[in-house]
Amino acid sequence: MSGKPRLTYLNGRGRMEPIRWLLGAAGVEFEETFLETREQYEKLIKGGSLLFQQVPLVEIDGMKMVQTRAILSYIAGKYNLYGKDLKERALIDMYVEGITDLMQMILMFPFAPPEEKEKNFNSIKEKATNRYFPVFEKVLKQHGQDFLVGNKFSWADIQLIEAILAVEEKIPAVLSGFPQLQAFKIRMSNMPTIKKFLQPGSPRKPPPDDHYVETVLKIFKN
Amino acid sequence: MAGKPKLHYTKGRGRMESVRWLLAAAGVEFEEEFIEKKEDLEKLWSDGSLLFQQVPMVEIDGMKMVQARAILSYIAGKYNLYGKDLKERAWIDMYVEGTTDLMGMIMHLPFHSGDTKEKHLALITERATNRYFPVYEKALKDHGHDYLVGNKLSWADIHLLEAILMTEECKPGILSAFPLLQAFKGRISNVPTIKKFLQPGSQRKPPPDDKYIANVRKIFNI
Repeated sequence: MSGKPRLTYLNGRGRMEPIRWLLGAAGVEFEETFLETREQYEKLIKGGSLLFQQVPLVEIDGMKMVQTRAILSYIAGKYNLYGKDLKERALIDMYVEGITDLMQMILMFPFAPPEEKEKNFNSIKEKATNRYFPVFEKVLKQHGQDFLVGNKFSWADIQLIEAILAVEEKIPAVLSGFPQLQAFKIRMSNMPTIKKFLQPGSPRKPPPDDHYVETVLKIFKN
Repeated sequence: MAGKPKLHYTKGRGRMESVRWLLAAAGVEFEEEFIEKKEDLEKLWSDGSLLFQQVPMVEIDGMKMVQARAILSYIAGKYNLYGKDLKERAWIDMYVEGTTDLMGMIMHLPFHSGDTKEKHLALITERATNRYFPVYEKALKDHGHDYLVGNKLSWADIHLLEAILMTEECKPGILSAFPLLQAFKGRISNVPTIKKFLQPGSQRKPPPDDKYIANVRKIFNI
């Protein structure tokens, strides 16, 4: 046993990607088990490892943790990425929840029927540009600091850089009206742990392709 | 200024009800400002009160908090309902995410009709009986304590009671195979602050009726 956290999920982003980002940014090495077949998934359920019969699953510190938010909160708390007090936590939580709502749209995008793709794409663009990015642009402008909360690197910053890059994959010029976010993106991308995570060969997963979508539908059909 | 938290939402359960439960269980008095028509929501928008233009919004300790999970985590932390350390927090978070998923399904039920409503109700029943309630029944059985985590009342217990009562409303008798949850329900309902909240005249909201749903659709354009 290595003592490193072990992540069990499909070999793709999905709901595990924010966890890979957070561990990566915290400089924590981890191992991964990839689910490739329905049988593997059923075996995992039968074995009693999945509290609510769902993945993500992260084995960490003797716990078999499930539920993405619970896992992320634990990791953020453990690695001092959750602010210095309750109020900073509250801000981080608010920012993370907002970003999660945006990321949820991107997560579901490949699974919508083809006739809805254009509508969903426009929705992502509209929400990113009018609802979410303006909030963080304003936060950074108002305090003039490098990080979103408490002048210190936190989970909120990691979640935001992940979201910026994910939206840019769909809408390359999405940051054009957001100079603070452009600078933020460069700053975060250059932090040593994140820089490493952004390099080829890291645990970061590529955007979902048809094969990934097929695998998801096959494994999680119910 | 009263100093009491102030809740902004429609006059119904929705995403605010868990916040009402948690504050009440913690013995915290709160005020409510109800969104009754579209203009009320538009005023909150134009005031800049809603970080992501959404409710729930809770004014608490000088913050205008949004995002139900962020609000709930803050209240739980502030009123010592979040366990004694990171690991207890992790368990509370996992349990709460499960009950959140279950209650989320029930929250959507009134927005279905006819056949899909029947199917959705069947899915709720199946999930409650096979995925969620067995987990909490087992947790109570394994440690034999009165509360889910750390032998102390926490957010997880309050959320579970809310979920049990909500599930029973749409499917009476759902706890028939869960003796420990039946005992839990009796026990937690008798916690003085919760007992008070369960009495008529409290700020607990009734299940949504057609009139409420129609108004919600109108206000939020859904």
